[in-house]
Formats: sequence, C-alpha cells, structure tokens
Amino acid sequence: MPELLIRNGYVFDPLNGIEAEMMDIPIRDGKIVEKVGRRARVLDASGMTVMPGGVDIHSHIAGSKANCARMMRPEDHSKDPEPKTKNTRCGVGHTIPSVFTTGYRYARMGYTTVFEPATPPLKTRHTHEELNDIPIIDKGCFTLFGNNWFVMEYVKQGRIEELAAYVAWMLEATKGYAIKIVNPGGIEAWRWGHNVRRLDDMVPNFDVTPREIVRALCKVNRLLNLPHAVHVHPNGLAEPGNYQTTIDTMECAHDIVTETHPTMHVTHVQFTGRKGWAWPDVRSGAPEIADYVNAHEHVSIDPGQLIFTNVTWMTADGPAMFALFKLTKTKWFNADVESETGAGVVSATYKRSNYVNAIQWGIALELALLVKNPWKIFLTTDHPNGGPFTAYPRVISWLVSKEARQRLVDKINKTARTRLNLPGIDREYTLHEIATITRAATAKSLGLQFKGHLGVGADGDVAIYNIQPAKVDLAKEYRAVRKAFARAAFTIKDGRIVARNGEVVRSTQGRTFWTRPQVSEGMMKTVTSDLESKFDDYYTIRMANYPIEESYINASHMISTSAEV
Amino acid sequence: MSKTTSQNIVCTFCASGCDDLQITHDGRTVDSARNGCAISLSRFTSTKESRILKPLIRTKGTLRPTTFDRAVDRAARILNSARYPVLYGWSETSCEAISKGIELAELVGGLIDNTTTSCHGPTILGIQDVGEATCTLGEVRHSADLVIYWGCNPIHSHPHHTNRFTIFSKGRFRKTRKDRKLIVVDVRRTDTAKLADHFIQIQPNSDYELLTALRTAIKGEEIEQDSIAGIPTETVEEIADLMTDCEFGALFFGLGLTMTAGKHRNTEAALALVRDLNYVTKFVIIPMRGWFNVTGANEVSTWQTGYPYAVDLSQGYPRFNPGDTSAIDAVARGEVDAALVVASDPVSHFPKAAVKHLLGIPIVTLEPKSTPTSEASEVVIPSAILGIEASGTIYRIDGVPLEARRVVDPPVGVRSDVEILDAIIRRLRRLRGRR
Repeated sequence: MPELLIRNGYVFDPLNGIEAEMMDIPIRDGKIVEKVGRRARVLDASGMTVMPGGVDIHSHIAGSKANCARMMRPEDHSKDPEPKTKNTRCGVGHTIPSVFTTGYRYARMGYTTVFEPATPPLKTRHTHEELNDIPIIDKGCFTLFGNNWFVMEYVKQGRIEELAAYVAWMLEATKGYAIKIVNPGGIEAWRWGHNVRRLDDMVPNFDVTPREIVRALCKVNRLLNLPHAVHVHPNGLAEPGNYQTTIDTMECAHDIVTETHPTMHVTHVQFTGRKGWAWPDVRSGAPEIADYVNAHEHVSIDPGQLIFTNVTWMTADGPAMFALFKLTKTKWFNADVESETGAGVVSATYKRSNYVNAIQWGIALELALLVKNPWKIFLTTDHPNGGPFTAYPRVISWLVSKEARQRLVDKINKTARTRLNLPGIDREYTLHEIATITRAATAKSLGLQFKGHLGVGADGDVAIYNIQPAKVDLAKEYRAVRKAFARAAFTIKDGRIVARNGEVVRSTQGRTFWTRPQVSEGMMKTVTSDLESKFDDYYTIRMANYPIEESYINASHMISTSAEV
Repeated sequence: MSKTTSQNIVCTFCASGCDDLQITHDGRTVDSARNGCAISLSRFTSTKESRILKPLIRTKGTLRPTTFDRAVDRAARILNSARYPVLYGWSETSCEAISKGIELAELVGGLIDNTTTSCHGPTILGIQDVGEATCTLGEVRHSADLVIYWGCNPIHSHPHHTNRFTIFSKGRFRKTRKDRKLIVVDVRRTDTAKLADHFIQIQPNSDYELLTALRTAIKGEEIEQDSIAGIPTETVEEIADLMTDCEFGALFFGLGLTMTAGKHRNTEAALALVRDLNYVTKFVIIPMRGWFNVTGANEVSTWQTGYPYAVDLSQGYPRFNPGDTSAIDAVARGEVDAALVVASDPVSHFPKAAVKHLLGIPIVTLEPKSTPTSEASEVVIPSAILGIEASGTIYRIDGVPLEARRVVDPPVGVRSDVEILDAIIRRLRRLRGRR
C-alpha cells in the first residue's frame, strides 16, 4: 500500500494530549507510523484542522428494525435520492438511508467508525448482512440482553458466573461487540401489552426487577473484561418524570467499578431526562443528571440531541414506541422477537413550536454543556430518533457557539424558553473538546485502542476539515464550522483517501468488530448444557442454526478478552 | 458412495423456514428427508426431475446446448444492448444472489422486481400506509391464545405452520390445543377451516367490509346493518369480543385477502384492525408469505435501494411507484425490451397481456428446471437448487434469517445463481470496457 504523509495540518489528538499543534501525520500500510519515505504521497493540510476519523458510538444504521423503517417509509426516501457515480452505488437518504448511502454520508463528514447499538440476537444475521454492505466505515453491533429469558432466569437463580458464560456464548454466536440493555424487563411485559416503568417493578412471570437485571449484567461485563461498558437505555423512556429512573439506574451500579473504564454508559438521555408529572408540565432533568455524572466516575452518557425536523423513531423498546404512537397517530411498526426482545418504529416530526419538543431539544444541549468532563459525554442524535446523523455538524455549531444556540432559543416555544436553563449557560466547546466527544472519548469508551487517536500504531483513519483554528472564531463563525464538518476536506480510511471536499472518491470495505471473551471450558460446558436443554422450548429455530459463523462477516475483526469465569 | 445423514437442514419450500430436517444422501442424490412435510420430502427427493443440465442458447429458433462462457456472453450482450431490461424473480434464491441482481440492475439501468409484485405487494402498500404490529413466530407459539387464519389455508400451503407455531404447538404460556382458540375466515370450507373453533364463511370479495365492521365493533360502536359480508351482525360482534378478550391474538392472512377485491385496502384494514386491538390487548399480524425467500427479496431490496420491490434504476437512482415501476405493468405496457428471469416462471404466472409482450423480447433465464419461461428464452443457464445444492441466506415469513446449506453436489457443470450472476456482471463490465 502506498505511503501517505499529511503535512502541516493543525492536529487535534486529545488522547495524546495534542491540541492544535502543527505537525505531520505519516501513514503506511493503513497504520500511523513514525515516518514515511521520500516517495510517500504528500497531502498538504496547511491551514486545516486534522483529527482522527470520527467514531460514532450509537447510531441505528443496520438490521431488522432499520429495514422495517425503510420499508414502511417510502416518503422518507423519495425526496432524497443518491444517484450512482463512477465510484459509488446509488441509494436513498434521508432519516433511514439505504446501506451504501449510509457509508458514503458518514465518510463525507469524516467519520470512519460507527456502532449499531441494538441488535436482536435471533435476527443478528440480518444486521451483519447490512453491516457487510455498508461501505468504507468500520462498524460493530451491540447485542440486546435486557429482556432475554436465559438472562432473567440466571439472574433469578443468582448464577452470575453462568450468566457471564452465557453472555460470552451469545456475543460469540451473534458476533456482537457489547452488552446492550433496553428497558430491562419492560419488553417482556410488553408481550401482554404492559410495561415495567421503574427500577424496582417486577417483571411479569420472571420474578426479577430491572435493578437486578442491570446489576447482574454490569457484574458480567466486569467478569468478562468486555472492552465497552454496559450500554443502557433505561426504563420509562419518553415518560414525564423519568429522569429519576435514569439516576436510579446509574446509581444501582455505583459499587460495581472497573479500573479501566466506566461500568455503564447511559444512552440518549434526552429521552429519559425529563422532570414533571404530565406532558404540559415536562421540564428538563438535565441539571440533576449532569450533577450525578459530574460526581461519579462509573458512568458516561450521550444526549441523543433532538433536531427540529422529520425523524424516524426506532428502538427495541416496543412499549415506549406504542405509547408514543398514541400521541403521533402516524405509522407504527412493532416487531417482538421470541424469548429475547422487541422493536418499535414510528414516524414523527419535531417542531420548534411544540412545547415538549423544545424542552427535549434543550435537555440534550443542557446535558452536553453541563457535564463538565468531555470524556464522559459523546455526540449523538441517537440516529434517527433525535435526528439523522447528517445533523451532527449543526449540533457542533450549537456546542461551539452560544450565538448559534440563542438564535434558535429565540424561535422555540415561548413557555419552553422560559423553563429551560439553556439560555443561562455560557459554555462554548473548543475544537479540542469537539474532537474529544466525536472521536477520542467514544473510541476510548469502546475500548478500541487503535481508534480515535493519531499516535503511532493507530489506524490510518483521519479527517481533515477546512477550519484554520488560529484564525477562526468558532463562536462567531459557526456557519463556517457547520459547513466544514458537513463536508470534510479529506477523509482518510486505512491510509487511503476515500472522500475529498465532501465527495466520495473511493469505496472500500470496512471491518466489523466483535468480542470473544475467553471463558473456562468447564463453565462453558455447564452453560451449553443449560442451553441445549431449553433451546427447543424457547426458540423456533434449532440451536445448531443459531450461531453466525465468522466466515459470514466480510472483514471480521475479533477482539479477544480473558474472562474471570 | 456411503450414505450420510445431515442434521438441522433448512427447508427451502415455503417461507415457514423449518430447520430441523434430517436428510440422508450419498453426496449426490437425496435418499430421504425426515421431519419435513410431504411437499418438502418431494422437493428434496425429486431434484433430478426435469433438470436442465447444460446452458442453452436459441439458434435458428431452437434451444441448443452451449458452453457456460458462451451462454454468459450472450446473456451479457442481451442485457447490454437493452434500453430498459426487467430483472424479475428472486424469491426462490439466496439473498447473496439477490444482492448480485441489484448490482446488475444498477449497472444496466433496469427495473428489478420480485414476486412480491404478484402476491403480497398489497401487504407492503398497506404497511406503508398504516405500519404493522408483528412478531416472530415463536412469540405466537409461546403466547397466542387466539389465532386467526384469514384468506389462507396453511394445512396445504404451509403444512407445518399449525404444529410449529400455532394451535398444535407447545409454548411457554400455552401448552395444548385447549389453550388456544382458532378462527378461520374464508370463502370456502378449507381443510384449515375444519380445525376452527369458529369458521366464518364470508361472501367472496367482502373482506374489507368485515374488517371495517370488526374495527367498528372493537371500538364499542354499534353496527347498523343486520349482516356484514353475509355474516349476521351478532356473529361479527361475537368475533370482535373474542378478539378484545384474548390475552395475545395473532392474525395470519394470505392471498385471499391481498389478491381479492380491494387488495391493499384490504390489507390496510387488517393492519389497522390489529393496530387498534393493541389499545385493548396484545395483538399481532403476520402475512403468510409463500416462497421460501420472498421475504429475503424484500429485505435485500430495501436495505440496498430503500424499496422492497418494483424498483426502477433506469435514472441512476432508485424509484418506487408500483403500477408504474412494477414488473407486470411495465411488461404489459410493452416498455421493457429484455428480461432476466431468476428462479421464477413469469410466462406461467403473469397475466395474458404481459406474457404476450414477454414472448416477443429476449429472455435470459436462470433456473434449475425446465419451465414454460425457460422454453421461451433466448438463453437458459441451469442453476443449482438453493438449500439442496447451494448455500445461502434466506428469510422466514417473520424476518428471521437462516442459512440454507448445501447438502449434495449440483449436477456436473451446474453453478449457483451467485456464480452465474457474478460471471454475467464481469462479462458486462468487460463489454463496457470497465474493470
């Protein structure tokens, strides 16, 4: 592979403590190296900002529910066709783009790694088929565990080590990357049209509580030494007053600490950070949640920023989706998955004039601005729930510029404006902090040691933006910032230029990351025999046909961990 | 060669995805197939019947054997010189082959459509209006205390459906037949209807009225007429009560709903009925898809182009407008000037006007066995039977993906759809002077 030298750019590499230093980045064989030879291709980045390729920790880009949404919403695509070019396949946008378009649009923004945050195990073969087809970016998926029958039964019996071995078996079988919990126990209750709203409510027929499920899986995460934290979508999504459940969920695992990284990542907190008793009374719970996160080391969060536009809600949280459908009365898709989980999809539109929508928008921004440490909060829109991932540049402009925020504050619902804390917050992100929340901190949280930085040995994934840090006043020139992040001057993936000035110039095959925890043979034997005795009772496919072979994944990258069981 | 038994083989007949077959074979011929239904057994043991063994090209009016390379070259040239080719079929092959088909359609700027267009197309249009409350079949097995078969006859079309997933299955919360009620709605007393606790024999083409009446009844509103669709109003109200009083209901429907008067209005009404029932209890709806990978054809088409069927790629980007971009309509209007048919038989299944045009244009067919379409083709390339002679991914009715595995070797010289399509794509790129 030819060598590449990125010369004279202003480098932002938070993991290596480099902020706006003018330096060269040499890449050989897809990796960043000490230096390259004289014949290396030189890419002049003078006057530009150089960052590691973006790493998105939570974006629903692939799998069964994304495809249900695509199928249900032709009106979403018809306005946004993506014609074929010399280098790219055709497809469609907008909130749920087709797979090729998804890869290209991430690459155009300088993103090179994206994780699908919720895959139903039984249908994960589907998720991998789509991930295989997404070009350029590296990816992975988080396997759903929070409503799984085997999990709840092991929790009830207090067999944590067996649970750990089971989780290891499932991650291997589904080629999943991390443990995902969505509305623990609530989706099982949805089997009968009910929900589980609080941390200590009982799950029908299983005699366990969400607290017990969350704690057990946090312990398992530690026992298996998984690279990422337990990724949690708490109970009570979208309900007024749910901020307390979110704090309770974080607090329930405060004693389960690891030395290397937080135990728990709580995701799209905008949807679970609401105070108040009813819709007209909804307020921001962001200050309380931010206080908690600021005071504790075992959690990180992402806001799931809302954008005022048409969106598609999709989540494994079936009951929450039905509750929201009853408000929107638009289109509703529900897809429960036997013995494991569920899924819901609803189309919706966020309006500035809508009181609750305006509060939601404010909660997400307040979270991003009130959590002091940028290593504990990551940029997401919970694509496509809060807004499409293509809105990231807009969110960045709000974070770096109080003026940009204020322009919108002046336009939102008047009551919401008076009730939000946002207008009183002066903080403005620096480029260094933006680099942290969009790549460095997410890569660190995912435990991807070769991502999110530009040190020797890191992957040659680089984003170059048309921003001259010394000359640009971010707070004033937020429009230019937004434009620069929307269309990277160059996106480099594994040492190759894949996009230039926002146009894809080369399409490549990205890798799929998954985790294989090494569990003791004896423990795995016990669990395999548990599975064999119940599998035919729980599933309508045979156990032999359940695991996905590694050969199924086009470019597989396994990460092995040594487990303590 | 000695006989071996392959376990846990996925059946590639209907879309129920039975994956517990035991196939005894000698590596070339299937000897017996256990655990499957009668149709499955026949499919596995009759692979040699009516096989096309050599690629064929029409010369001087007759199909004559040729080499693989010549057949591929001819196929590529036909597609290359066509202004608007249609690429049709796809429901009896693998997702990997469908993916190649979309690549080819994009390359030649054609229209790609699958058999959904003639079966559950109206279901998808209904979903695009209303949405769908559904689940995997295991959820029905575990929880459903009320099962409805509407305009379908699974005893014949999906023979293991009742014992694997519904009334005769054993789930976590429902153990025996007594734990479940079965309602069958149909225009005639089918073998499935004979099993029903309540058989509702409606007048033909009146499904929409009954569905609408049920929606009215479950909302607690009065029905003014004395009878609906030939059914006394008291019975309609009784059925509505059964629906609202169950703990977990499941409605399965077939072509009796999608292809009778009203079409997508019928499916829309059924989808809306089930949606409305979720305000009072838990209810799901699952279309009884036919071919073993028709669901997969929709899935792949959707994730690659955004649309599940009837995708026009002639403009360089995907367009979806059934009636305009659907295969039958485009063929019947005489717009297409060449056809690639993969694992389907449109000459037998399309309406007369469409067949008439089809017979006048060059057809390239990829098919294991001789069919009226292959007989009418310009080029025929024999293919391996998926799930018996070739491996690939398929999707069950409910979207559960399975790997259908190769059990025996295909006849000598016969390749999989993926290999054939790949060869055509490569040849076509060379013809166009591109790598």
